[in-house]
Amino acid sequence: MQKIGVFVCHCGTNIAATVDVKAVAEALGHEPGVVISRDYQYMCSESGQNLVKNAIKEHKLTGIVVCSCSPRMHENTFRKAAASVGLNPYLVEIANIREQCSWIHKDIATATEKAIILGKAAVAKVHLNAPLTAGESPVAKRALVIGGGIAGIQTALDIAEAGFDVDIVEKNPTIGGKMAQIDKTFPTLDCAACILTPKMVEASQNEHITIHSFSEVTDVKGFVGNFTVTIKKKARYVDETKCTGCGLCTEKCPMKKVPNEFNMGLDNRTAIYIPFAQAVPKVATIDPNYCMMLKNGKCGVCSKVCSVGAIDYKQEDRFIEQKYGAIVVATGFNPINLDKYDEFAYNQCPDVVTSLELERLMNAAGPNGGTLLRPSDKTHPHKIVFVQCVGSRCDDSKGKPYCSKICCMYTAKHAMLIREKYPDTEVYVFYIDVRTPGKNFDEFYRRAVEQYNVHYIKGMVGKVTPRSDGKIEVQASDLLADEQLHIDADLVVLAAAIEPDKTARPLATMLTTQMDTNDFFTEAHPKLRPVESATAGIFLSGACQGPKDIPETVAQASAAAAKAIGLLVKNSITCNPCVAHSDELMCNGCSSCEKVCPYGAITYIDKEFRMPDRTTAVRRVASVNPAVCQGCGACTVACPSGAMDLNGFSNSQIMAEVDAICK
Amino acid sequence: MQEAMINRAKQLLADGTVNRVIGWKRGEFAYDITPAVFDSADELDSDFVFDDFTAANVSKYLVKESKKEGKVLAFLKPCDTYSFNQLVKEHRVVRENVYIIGIPGGPKLDAEKIKAKGITGILGVKNENYTLKIDTVYGEETMPFYEAVLDKCASCKSKKHVVYDELMGDEGDVLDSDRFDMVEKLENMTAQERYDFWREQLSKCIRCNACRNVCPACTCEKCVFDNPASGVENKAPADSFEENMFHIIRAFHVAGRCTDCGECSRVCPQNIPLHLLNRKFIKDINELYGNYQAGEDTTSRAPLNDYRQDDCEAGIVHERGVE
Amino acid sequence: MQVNENKEFEPLIVAFCCNWCSYAGADLSGTNRLNYPTNVKIIRVPCSCRVNPMFILRAFQRGADGVILCGCHPGDCHYTSGNYFTRRRMTLLFSMLDFLGIERDRTRVEWVSAAEGAKFAATMNEFTEAVKKLGPNRRLEDLRCRKQ
Repeated sequence: MQKIGVFVCHCGTNIAATVDVKAVAEALGHEPGVVISRDYQYMCSESGQNLVKNAIKEHKLTGIVVCSCSPRMHENTFRKAAASVGLNPYLVEIANIREQCSWIHKDIATATEKAIILGKAAVAKVHLNAPLTAGESPVAKRALVIGGGIAGIQTALDIAEAGFDVDIVEKNPTIGGKMAQIDKTFPTLDCAACILTPKMVEASQNEHITIHSFSEVTDVKGFVGNFTVTIKKKARYVDETKCTGCGLCTEKCPMKKVPNEFNMGLDNRTAIYIPFAQAVPKVATIDPNYCMMLKNGKCGVCSKVCSVGAIDYKQEDRFIEQKYGAIVVATGFNPINLDKYDEFAYNQCPDVVTSLELERLMNAAGPNGGTLLRPSDKTHPHKIVFVQCVGSRCDDSKGKPYCSKICCMYTAKHAMLIREKYPDTEVYVFYIDVRTPGKNFDEFYRRAVEQYNVHYIKGMVGKVTPRSDGKIEVQASDLLADEQLHIDADLVVLAAAIEPDKTARPLATMLTTQMDTNDFFTEAHPKLRPVESATAGIFLSGACQGPKDIPETVAQASAAAAKAIGLLVKNSITCNPCVAHSDELMCNGCSSCEKVCPYGAITYIDKEFRMPDRTTAVRRVASVNPAVCQGCGACTVACPSGAMDLNGFSNSQIMAEVDAICK
Repeated sequence: MQEAMINRAKQLLADGTVNRVIGWKRGEFAYDITPAVFDSADELDSDFVFDDFTAANVSKYLVKESKKEGKVLAFLKPCDTYSFNQLVKEHRVVRENVYIIGIPGGPKLDAEKIKAKGITGILGVKNENYTLKIDTVYGEETMPFYEAVLDKCASCKSKKHVVYDELMGDEGDVLDSDRFDMVEKLENMTAQERYDFWREQLSKCIRCNACRNVCPACTCEKCVFDNPASGVENKAPADSFEENMFHIIRAFHVAGRCTDCGECSRVCPQNIPLHLLNRKFIKDINELYGNYQAGEDTTSRAPLNDYRQDDCEAGIVHERGVE
Repeated sequence: MQVNENKEFEPLIVAFCCNWCSYAGADLSGTNRLNYPTNVKIIRVPCSCRVNPMFILRAFQRGADGVILCGCHPGDCHYTSGNYFTRRRMTLLFSMLDFLGIERDRTRVEWVSAAEGAKFAATMNEFTEAVKKLGPNRRLEDLRCRKQ
């Protein structure tokens, strides 16, 4: 005989303002099996939970229904409360009458009616709930960090600090990411390389950290605590273990006309190259698209000059497989492609550059050795125009709907640095808004305006036209003065929007994590779980989750590390008991379920059955490994006989909900 | 043909290759040919039948027979071999325990169509140059052979045996059949016309379960419709919904597995064109996910247990529909 | 389903939502106070691939006027491939229902991510409106289940 308790939460006025909670409690009190039905102001509060606990004890309840906020919010709270007084936590059902009722409906009568129906469905379901016991599965004590920018490095360092092994997989030949390309950082103006490179070295020297540079993740299997990841170590045609990074090969390589990615294509590198002086690992890589030896077998200079014999033209991609307990995604960002922005003449004029290109132009290790010169004629620019929000805050399909967050500050930085170093240069910044929330950020921006006399003009640039005399004509509007401006600039800098790296989307599919429409990874909760993905054991670090500046990235990287460490310190984790199981008496052994199982959790065994006529028969039947099953339920529908069912979401439970709703 | 089959079966029994034979024997009427198992040469001589009424697909019987001691000889028509292969693929029959002789297929005859001509008391038939000579208790009657052919044979998809140990007679080919014509005709009707058509057909259903019981794809140890725990158990077509439900779910459960053997419609005592439901699924699968013939092989993935990342969305039903 | 001569027809819509994307999307639409009609009642399932055609038929049998199935966008399934199977199953099921003359606008599959609260609300508004236009479900309803 079922004894069910119903607990209706007011959630202050969140629910009570649009749902008549007393009426809900009253109505559900009449449902079959319900022996107590109460309402309370905050059911999740300690006294609310005590009310639930006392009722379970007093009435010897066999199941409870809490009508409250989303189960994604407090299901666990009430499961724990039930368990603490001896009721199996899986005998708890939540009716979501806040997010899916009171918050979206205005009319009290209909909202109350709906809340009652949702409550009835939960009561109907809980009648069929079975007590479930969670199993345990071991945790592999190793973490994987995907992406070796500042986010990935920081996460890896923190995890290693806690004593766990951690691997960094970086697709480029060196770790360092975007921060390595940046000249100075805001708002302190300290040198990016000076603070980043020690961390890179620290990562390479840490005994717990393994760096797989020039590598990619190609496959991810398993689940939290137990991921099996395949990593492709791309052929770099140089034996990493032998190469000393002396750089002689890069000097002697005859193929010197390869666009240098590190300097944003503003100068050239050789076919065999080390991206920059402080690269980690400091190992050469041969670019097979340009190397003449690899393309037509004629050259071999690098091999001849290499004193340690590290060059290996026959090297092939290698695949390694490794088990991990936790995975941290730190795939970072890129500036968007500006091909569609004809109005800014980016593709027509070399003196229209992006902000990241400007970073390289101003960097001492950049193409001009740190002197700011125009890419076209290597002359000093005297009038520079910065265009903000290029592709950010866009409502058309060309750009991104979001604010890229970092542009206002780095533009202030650029403007300030240029005015500091070249006081004879006039700097204009065209902006929609200047957004400077953050510690010392607004002060920084004001210094640019007040101390360095940068011309900040509210308004958008309409057209940028390169002229034959080498000047660039910028047509813009000054919204505050309400006038059209024509500026003959020497250099135009576009603050291109940033977007997630292109490798993030296929990676999300492999990791079974969610992304938003802009391809940023979605966090488990926008406020309360910002560094976890909704998939257990996958954590988010840095700009892959949303635009971020360096301090925020580092903070999030450390937070992600803390979450990963919290997982890795456990010897085992509690499995989800809501897994599939097969009724052997009904199973045909047809293998349909196995075909749709993404985890390979189903195997077949030959089992002996006593038949009604007292003979025995051997039949092939499915068997589910509960530690591997993740409970999606694909098999339950593939099974024609209905032998396969899912704990917690059984056929009869869902059917009961359908019936209750449609009654 | 019948004699050759009996002789070969006797040989295989005698040399110990098999210890029983699954074939057919006569029922109460001449046209009432049902599958049967024969253990001896004597039984074969006296009861084994293979004639123009021998349409029954014996594949399904092998689910049980192939799990018994020793090897069983099965005579399979081309369409039966597809069903057999599908059962092998689903691990329902033990291939090693069956010795298959591929025999030529139909066209087989539909006694109902002969009776519909007012010809009753059928004792036997003979096909002479596509004129059917029917021996009846009232004397001989004739009718054009093709007017008496079973619907499923009239739209035969293949004369080819996809699996066999030996072959009697010549091997045929996969045919270009017009089997989707009726499905297409229905698709081109309005929703109301389709609804009326199916209401008229399905309301005839008496839930005798013959379609399910004969279906080589319906081999579940326990059918959902017999299982009180499934929540959809029902024994009789109490109303129009349950007729719908039973036939939709049955068709869905065999979707991607149905070889289009046509047995469901052949055995339906109410003459409901049930095969059209299966063919609708087959046609959709072919059009949306690429041509697929269940039972053609034993390794390919059933379309419903498979996917492509660029599969069409469910909205295609709305886009391509009439009205 | 409520039909009252003075009131306009209010359809009953059952929405199956996968736990990871669409249910979270529905929560988000709640958090953002984006209205959709009370006609929509959500049933939570772990993945859209958990939805058996029998559940959908059952809903129609018991008087639902529309059934919508929501899951993660293809490629984003929490379980990697669940929604791909859902897509094939539902495409075929809906096509069959259409073949039997059941109005095709009573069924729908929609992909709604956890971040698409606005899309969830818009989808539900639109679907409810579409079903409202069709009127009560008569073709698949079990008359014995009709409310007196």
